[in-house]
Amino acid sequence: MDLLEYQGKQFFATYGIPVSDGAATDNVDEAVAIADRVGYPVVVKAQVHVGGRGKAGGVKLANNADECREHASNILGLDIKGHIVKIIWIENASDIAEEYYASFTLDRSAKKHLGMLSAEGGVEIETVAEENPDAIAKIWIDPVDGLSEEVARAWVEAANLNPAANDGAVDILMKLYTAYVEGDADLCEINPLILKPTGEVHALDAKVSLDANAIYEHPEYAQYDATQPRDDREEAAHEKGLQYVGLEGSVGVIANGAGLAMSTVDVINQVGGKPANFLDIGGGANADVMAGALEVINNDPNVKAIFINIFGGITRGEEVANGIIEAMGRVQLDSPMIIRLDGTNADEGRAILQPHLSDMLMMEPTMLDAARKAVSLAQG
Amino acid sequence: MSIFLDENSKVIYQGLTGSTGRYYGLLNREYGTNVVGGTHPKKAGENVEGIPIFANATEAREATGANVSCVFVPAPGVQSAVIEAAEAGIELVVVITEGVPAQDEAYFYNLLKRDFPNTRLLGPNCPGLISPGKANVGITAGHIAKPGGPVGIVSRSGTLTYQALYELQQKDIGVTTCVGIGGDPVPGTSFIDCLAAFEADPDTKAVMMIGEIGGSAEEEAAEFIKNNMTKPISSYVAGVTAPPGKKMGHAGAIVSGGKGTAAAKMEALTDAGVRVGTNPTEAGELMAEIVAGL
Repeated sequence: MDLLEYQGKQFFATYGIPVSDGAATDNVDEAVAIADRVGYPVVVKAQVHVGGRGKAGGVKLANNADECREHASNILGLDIKGHIVKIIWIENASDIAEEYYASFTLDRSAKKHLGMLSAEGGVEIETVAEENPDAIAKIWIDPVDGLSEEVARAWVEAANLNPAANDGAVDILMKLYTAYVEGDADLCEINPLILKPTGEVHALDAKVSLDANAIYEHPEYAQYDATQPRDDREEAAHEKGLQYVGLEGSVGVIANGAGLAMSTVDVINQVGGKPANFLDIGGGANADVMAGALEVINNDPNVKAIFINIFGGITRGEEVANGIIEAMGRVQLDSPMIIRLDGTNADEGRAILQPHLSDMLMMEPTMLDAARKAVSLAQG
Repeated sequence: MSIFLDENSKVIYQGLTGSTGRYYGLLNREYGTNVVGGTHPKKAGENVEGIPIFANATEAREATGANVSCVFVPAPGVQSAVIEAAEAGIELVVVITEGVPAQDEAYFYNLLKRDFPNTRLLGPNCPGLISPGKANVGITAGHIAKPGGPVGIVSRSGTLTYQALYELQQKDIGVTTCVGIGGDPVPGTSFIDCLAAFEADPDTKAVMMIGEIGGSAEEEAAEFIKNNMTKPISSYVAGVTAPPGKKMGHAGAIVSGGKGTAAAKMEALTDAGVRVGTNPTEAGELMAEIVAGL
């Protein structure tokens, strides 16, 4: 789950990391009230799940209430790369002496936590990594050992920050590591981490991604679910508990298992079609799940054909076939359905489907045949 | 021969008394797996269809000589179950449970590596492994695998593992062992671990490897193959056309910043001499060609 900046800052604040005084709102009057409270100048910042806010006019400095009102009303409703701004964050503007970068994430290859710290902050870390890799001080942390203050200090010294920032940086990095581990984050990033002229070190931005698998340890994370970026189709699928990703094409996809669903998307592309979605209905394929999946796909106006790709492992072919027939009785489909059913008891399953075959329900023996059929029907 | 699991393996199930653990534990026994026990802290002395329940993995091992454990406990209990099995001296711990937090995985992976180097972890979030005709531990449907050899399979995806087994069975090709390593961020056993074991196994003459987008496990495997594998390999990588930044249903299956794309993985594997198919069927056909030429 990716957090918006303001959620990330609130998350950081609970671990004692210094962030600017501010608040989030969805309306202009409240924006001005927040600005009056935190003190001018303030920064008005669009809260969207996409980078490049500044260039798009989503981040503005306001020196007084009138400017705050103007910026807030301009930014609310702004379209930033397809993301409409619904929430803005108003914070007291900070004086900046220097900008740094700090983050923790999992290095899947090393199977250890990776800490990155750089004196070159405020720009994309990918750019720094490409142009000046030596400017990033990296450490790999064994999760069993954790991060000691001694190691953190050596790391900060290796990053060659302004020495005046060293104590503050060590303190923030220790807290950031705690937030990353105890908060079950996949990523905790501060860019920029700033040194103020007064010598304090401070998190001016927050990029946090939390592990949805750990929600049982943090029931409060349920609040972040509401601000996840989803289109209407994805929202409907999410409500039904389906693993769905919206794509742009015309062939609806239903498959059991993430790998098979990805593979189905691949094969549709390979035979010249465009998939409308990725949808994994998991190991089972009962009528309830199938009906929910068909409903979501049928409501997508771009869909012209539906490819159901099921491989029976433990789930048997006849159970899958019965599920499809029952689901068809519940959902009035606008597009033809092409089924490929293979694996355990596939013959029994196909025998159940046989009497129901029509120009709205077709069966093909292999994944490739079914993909070709679906694509030709979708292209009409 | 087979790798990691054979007819002599004695298997306990942590979570045998739960509905999923019971279902698959009994299916595994029916397949012929030597199922010797289950564990539950409060149900010691009971049994599941004749399979004795012990209080913990150590008691189960002492009473039965178990050397393999299959973990079906819910995600919040996985970390302590894995450590319990390692402390009991279990040699292979297979975690089927999905939804384990990545922080937990990173912790127990490194703990086992340091303090319990003789315990191999497989998973979490994997279908398990099967040495056809000998033993099946996990959720793979046993009857879609033809026993014997000469092919070993290693896969990061559950359903595509079954697809691979089935493709080979349809072509009358046998399998020594099929290992599902799972798609989570910190898999206990890697492609490389399995490739090295297959290279050392005299009955395995060729290997089929099924990858997925995300991470760099396939690229690392390609490097290993180039330097260490003499046996021929066919491969397929799912997610060739996945858009960047989209999470495709698996914690593992995400492309970010141009890294971990299927194209990069396929290129690395091709460079290492692997025959790469563009879909699972093609990878199966390539393997049939390889087997015919052995």
